[in-house]
Amino acid sequence: MDPRKFRLGLLLALAAMALAFAAPLGHGAPALLLRPGLWQASTGAAVLFGLAAWFADWRAIVPGLAGVIITASISLLLLRDPGIAGAAAAGFWAIVVAAWLAAAMAVVALAAQRPIRQERRRLINIAVPLLFGATVFYLWEVAVRGFGVPAVLLPSPSAAAARFAASLPVLAGDFNQTFIRGVLIGYTIGCGSGLLVAILAHRFEFLGRGLLPLGNFFSALPLVGIAPIMVMWFGFDWPSKAAVVALVTFFPMLVNAIAGLSAAGHIERDLMRSYAAGPRQSLAKLYLPAALPFIFNALKINATLALIGAIVAEFFGTPTQGIGFRISTEAGRMAIDMVWAEIALAALAGMAFYGFVTLAERATTFWHPSYRT
Amino acid sequence: MTSSSLALAAPARAALGSHPLTERYGPILTMVLALIAVWYVAAVAMNWHLVKDGFEREETPYTVSDILAGTMDAERPLLPAPHQIAENFFDSIFGYPPLAPRSLVYHSLVTLSATLLGFVLGAGFGVALALMIVHSRVLERSLLPWIICSQMVPILALAPIFIVVLGALGLQGLLPKAIISAYLCFFPIAIGMVKGFTSPDPLQIELMRTWSATPRQVLWKLRWPAAVPFLFASLKVAITISLIGAIVAELPTGAEAGIGARLLAGSYYGQTVQLWSALVASAVLSWGLISIIALVERGVNRSMGAR
Repeated sequence: MDPRKFRLGLLLALAAMALAFAAPLGHGAPALLLRPGLWQASTGAAVLFGLAAWFADWRAIVPGLAGVIITASISLLLLRDPGIAGAAAAGFWAIVVAAWLAAAMAVVALAAQRPIRQERRRLINIAVPLLFGATVFYLWEVAVRGFGVPAVLLPSPSAAAARFAASLPVLAGDFNQTFIRGVLIGYTIGCGSGLLVAILAHRFEFLGRGLLPLGNFFSALPLVGIAPIMVMWFGFDWPSKAAVVALVTFFPMLVNAIAGLSAAGHIERDLMRSYAAGPRQSLAKLYLPAALPFIFNALKINATLALIGAIVAEFFGTPTQGIGFRISTEAGRMAIDMVWAEIALAALAGMAFYGFVTLAERATTFWHPSYRT
Repeated sequence: MTSSSLALAAPARAALGSHPLTERYGPILTMVLALIAVWYVAAVAMNWHLVKDGFEREETPYTVSDILAGTMDAERPLLPAPHQIAENFFDSIFGYPPLAPRSLVYHSLVTLSATLLGFVLGAGFGVALALMIVHSRVLERSLLPWIICSQMVPILALAPIFIVVLGALGLQGLLPKAIISAYLCFFPIAIGMVKGFTSPDPLQIELMRTWSATPRQVLWKLRWPAAVPFLFASLKVAITISLIGAIVAELPTGAEAGIGARLLAGSYYGQTVQLWSALVASAVLSWGLISIIALVERGVNRSMGAR
């Protein structure tokens, strides 16, 4: 980090705060100096920015972050004024720019830290992306409300969050329909059968040599296109979604598991032979454990594919429930905040699913070199 | 590559069985033939009731062989037989002028244009993102986790919103679909290229430092050449994803043209054979696009002096 650039950034934030006092906040809205409480807070934030610019090293992080929080709160409070929301002027945007600049500087300062202690390093590794994400959400919120973007185009994150909280029962029903029934059942069937066929292909070389190129071919196809056919075969309810998910997840698992089962080294195989281990024993004690990293790789790929497959399958027909159904109908009714709430639900479900697979991987493949560093 | 190539020598086979061509293509051919055979059996089994009910409704006398023949060329079968799909596929490609709305070539071209535009946008964006991440520690630590998070989100779910939002902004037709494709396919390229740009040996990077090379020189003379294998590997993944994006983007919009629209129309009107031939078209497209990239890869490798 270049301390001069860092100082310049914070001084610009300070200048922006000064501008906020001089320029109008909104069309016809009273100026910042006429608002008791807010102008004192703004002055405090400006002083904090000055302090951070003075330090321009790791000591700048705490006052900088405190200033960011104060300025962000001020701008959000100001948005309650109807003279500012949708009609914000230079003074208001100066506060937003100050918050953004100081947040960016804080991220830079945090990312440059390399503490020796392991826990602190981990904390920073979490704090940096969190701060970055919070800034992005803050800018989204302020831009939507400050410019008065119509909710049909893009709702503010707070509106989507309010809708999420208000329609929990609907969301729970959709989650149950799409995720618990469609995704989980299809995922289990698809990954399980993929693994079984891979074991067979590993056992019988002829089968393997025929299946691997075919599997590679099929896993490169746009398989979600099969969704309308599955809806035709298995009806509108969850079995058709589970079938699409099973089909979509089968081939990545097959290809990865075949690669993984042949990943065991020559020496280990020779050792199993010299122990006179039967095929079943060497499968359970050598080939499957050696294939675990590959299998988990497929499980992770499939976690995303499964959710996409289920949602797309719902575009082709559902009972009146499900994430994909709700997204397409609410988008048609222009209820975009509900659509975003569903997307947040899908995102949370996807991340939780992925995180769960990763945790299981850590628990079972702790011996792998990539985790031993 | 495949299963156990144990230290044990393979048993001697007949001359034909051990010919390299049969060794390579024999198993694949067997699998494909077995697949087609299973398909025919499944077609008979799944369409049996359909055809039988048809005969009984018309109260015409029928025999088992009549039903068998019926399952092979039913008009709206549950599972069309392979030759029906092939017939419909070639018919809708060569049977109409290429730009007629009933021609599969026309629909494929519509989807292909969205796919290619999205692919170019996504690849450019992905490479630019990778460049930024490689050159900035702050971005690496703040942006990369979010890019990875964004992939756990079922992004296809965003497709309808994109279409609605862009439609409200007055954008229709090709561009919204291309943007969805680009959004889907930038990720494998960005991740692959980050890996590729950081793949040079630390020793080589230190060598560049001792020559006091500028970051730009390090990029052009060391990082780019080292990233080329990663680039093509991720391009192959991305082009398929881009095609999927284009097809899915055609679903919620009720587009009139494109493979996705053809799938949707086929599922609404129960035109199973048309549905399957649209699927075959998408498979051919995806396979063709991947082969083109593989060809370019071979050419680039040769011009870079790799054997």
